[in-house]
Amino acid sequence: MNNETIPQVDPPKAVVEARGLDLTFQTKDSPIQALKDVSLTIEQGDFVSFIGPSGCGKTTFLRCIAALEQPTGGNLTVNGMTPDEARRSRAYGYVFQAAGLYPWRTIAKNIKLPLEIMGYSRADQDERVKKVLQLVDLEGFGGKFPWQLSGGMQQRASIARALAFDADILLMDEPFGALDEIVRDHLNEQLLKLWERTNKTIAFVTHSIPEAVYLSTRIVVMSPRPGRITDVIESPLPKERPLDIRDTPEFLEVAHRVREGLRAGHAYDD
Amino acid sequence: MKSVLAILTVVVALVGFWYAACVPMNIHEAAMQAQRAGEEVTPAEAPERRHMGRISLALKNTGLWSTVFSQERPQLPAPHQVAQEFWKTTWGMIERGRAFSKRSLILHGWITLSATLLGFAFGTALGIVLAVSIVHSRAMDMSVMPWIIASQTVPILAIAPMIVVVLAALSVDDIVAKGVISMYLSFFPVVVGMVKGLRSPDAMQMDQMKTWNATRTETLWKLRLPSSTPYLFASLKVGVAASLIGAVVAELSLSSNGGLGARLLAGSYYGQTVQIWSALFAAAALAAVLVWAIGVAQKVTLKRMGFAQ
Amino acid sequence: MMAWVFGSLLFWAAAWALNVRLSRLSAPWVRFFVPALFGMTVIIVWEGMVRGFGVNPVLLPAPSAIAATFVGEIPTLWGDLVQTFFKGALSGYVIGCTAGVLTAIAVDRSPFLQRGLLPVGNFVAALPIVGMAPILVMWFGFGWQSKAAVVVVMVFFPMLVNAVEGLRASETMQRDLMHTYAATPGQGLRKLRLPAAMPFIFNGLKICTTLALIGAIVAEFFGSPIKGMGFRISTEVGRLALDMVWAEIVVAAIVGSAFYGAVALAERVITFWHPSQRG
Repeated sequence: MNNETIPQVDPPKAVVEARGLDLTFQTKDSPIQALKDVSLTIEQGDFVSFIGPSGCGKTTFLRCIAALEQPTGGNLTVNGMTPDEARRSRAYGYVFQAAGLYPWRTIAKNIKLPLEIMGYSRADQDERVKKVLQLVDLEGFGGKFPWQLSGGMQQRASIARALAFDADILLMDEPFGALDEIVRDHLNEQLLKLWERTNKTIAFVTHSIPEAVYLSTRIVVMSPRPGRITDVIESPLPKERPLDIRDTPEFLEVAHRVREGLRAGHAYDD
Repeated sequence: MKSVLAILTVVVALVGFWYAACVPMNIHEAAMQAQRAGEEVTPAEAPERRHMGRISLALKNTGLWSTVFSQERPQLPAPHQVAQEFWKTTWGMIERGRAFSKRSLILHGWITLSATLLGFAFGTALGIVLAVSIVHSRAMDMSVMPWIIASQTVPILAIAPMIVVVLAALSVDDIVAKGVISMYLSFFPVVVGMVKGLRSPDAMQMDQMKTWNATRTETLWKLRLPSSTPYLFASLKVGVAASLIGAVVAELSLSSNGGLGARLLAGSYYGQTVQIWSALFAAAALAAVLVWAIGVAQKVTLKRMGFAQ
Repeated sequence: MMAWVFGSLLFWAAAWALNVRLSRLSAPWVRFFVPALFGMTVIIVWEGMVRGFGVNPVLLPAPSAIAATFVGEIPTLWGDLVQTFFKGALSGYVIGCTAGVLTAIAVDRSPFLQRGLLPVGNFVAALPIVGMAPILVMWFGFGWQSKAAVVVVMVFFPMLVNAVEGLRASETMQRDLMHTYAATPGQGLRKLRLPAAMPFIFNGLKICTTLALIGAIVAEFFGSPIKGMGFRISTEVGRLALDMVWAEIVVAAIVGSAFYGAVALAERVITFWHPSQRG
């Protein structure tokens, strides 16, 4: 019995691990290679953004992690399981481009939807709804119907819905793409705070460079035909990020690298 | 191609169900005939059989199953019996050079079809005219439109016998009397669809017309009517089906001059089930052909006009 | 006598002029007053013409005569209504629509069957199914049961088609969301696809209200006990008692609109969230 051993620091746990991932869609005319040889590790607590032009496979990759698409080659694990096992063990919450709230349910009942499906007790459901509504700043709106709220509020509600159950991964597919700049800034700031408080692992698809740089610890630059990773940029920015960090030289430097990466991927095409 | 297979599966399943239904439906009659022919039937007593359920009787007399598909006057004729009768009274009549004899479905079909088309043509014309005036006059819109919508919930067919009698009293031709009912039925879907269609150009397109200082007539011809074409065809399909139903039901009250409705009624008087079914299928085929023809016209027209399919 | 003709025409002109004026206003009462005045005009012109030209009541009875018959014959009309609507149409409607929705749910897991059923159902829905009435009267007898059977056959396919389309109506994204929750097919049906199908189901239910009444009335033309709206219409037409026929038609119109209105009201309550109900 030796209690004196030096406490070992856990090595960062790989949450998502992709090795040589391929995905080819069969269409009428010709097969389309949506993903080619994609390898990436996302670690516990990461905030990873995927950026690239449309058709670069960023959404497809996210959908593979969520087991909404089946890769045709390579290896992909989520929490050490296959994506489908991870889905069945409810390992992640998914936020789509549109809020996708059910119009016939109130905001609170919308957030309860996954909880009902996953069999949480009635009391637990109410408590969780209250908690996540607070997290996304929507207290007092639980009784409203989605169509009575603005687009930004609807999207916040859909994030709350993804946070309500105990998934430690949050997959977000251009969640703020349809919102205007001002609302988007506000939600970005809130999302960072939320990430800090909950310590979730977030994979975030976007096509906005400032958004990717502002939010992420790592930025994955992707490129189309075939969809592949062209660059992975570690962000040197601190975890604490006020909105005006976007005017600092460090921020502009990272943004510049992302833009270069995107351009390089594009040049390959010409 | 996949959906062709799916449709075939459903149709085959329906026909199979029909054949299966023939057994319990016709088993009582089959047992009676078998007994008359001196065959063994369980139970042997006719009154006892009458009180038995169809299915249990069928299960007790499996030997009789083969006879249920070929009876003279079955409760439910088998599909092939209906098909034979249908063939005999259409193509068979043509072969014998009697295509327009009283027993020919071609004659009766033609009588129904002519009334249908007459009513449909007038109903459509009336519907379009009314829709144009509703769209152009706010007073028309507010006074007439609510009544048109409300009248769609009224079982208009119930009036058919009365219209027939009144028009007969005015000594109007039979085909006109039937046409009036067909017209009445096809007119409503056309008005409702056309009002929607004539209003389908959006505010921007209407504003554009305004910037060119177009008159109301020009706007009607160059913008409203062309944009209403898809709506027109959709309502024409509903209208022609309704028109046919109107003609058939009118013929129930005006049966002396023939027509598919008259065949239905005659068949029901004399218990000629095979005749009823074949008249029914003739009506169905007519409906299918009419709707199909409008569908083809729709496809061609819309393609020419550049509407996305 | 001509006073009736001119009087009613004058009323028509005056009422139309008033309606043209009123229709430019946007007050809420105008929306009810204008059609009501128009309806009144039709009745007054009808009355005026019948009286003025002395139209034979065998051809067209005056509205006042119809109203008198209606009031005088309320017990008969009520008996016919019970026989045709409550026994025949309503029971057939409930059975047929339930069967349609249940069949749609039964084939819900099979896209193959749905692909086959939709065109077949759409085709059958356009056929003159009322023609089945003589056969069904032969099978189920003269009572209300055969009328209910006609209604079942008439409403089944339109209901099935609407329900199948409705169950396919939910968005791909919402189905993906259910997938990410690892929801069972039963949960997906209960929580997503059935609620999303409600507007379609109600559309079918509304179409079927009219069909049910038509089916029950027309089926009575092929044989019925000595009561029922269809029976009354066909016998009174035979006796040239058109005022009674019109009274039955008034009943049919009232019941038809009320039935439709009741379903539309239920739709408003249940699918309050749908854009078409919010405006």
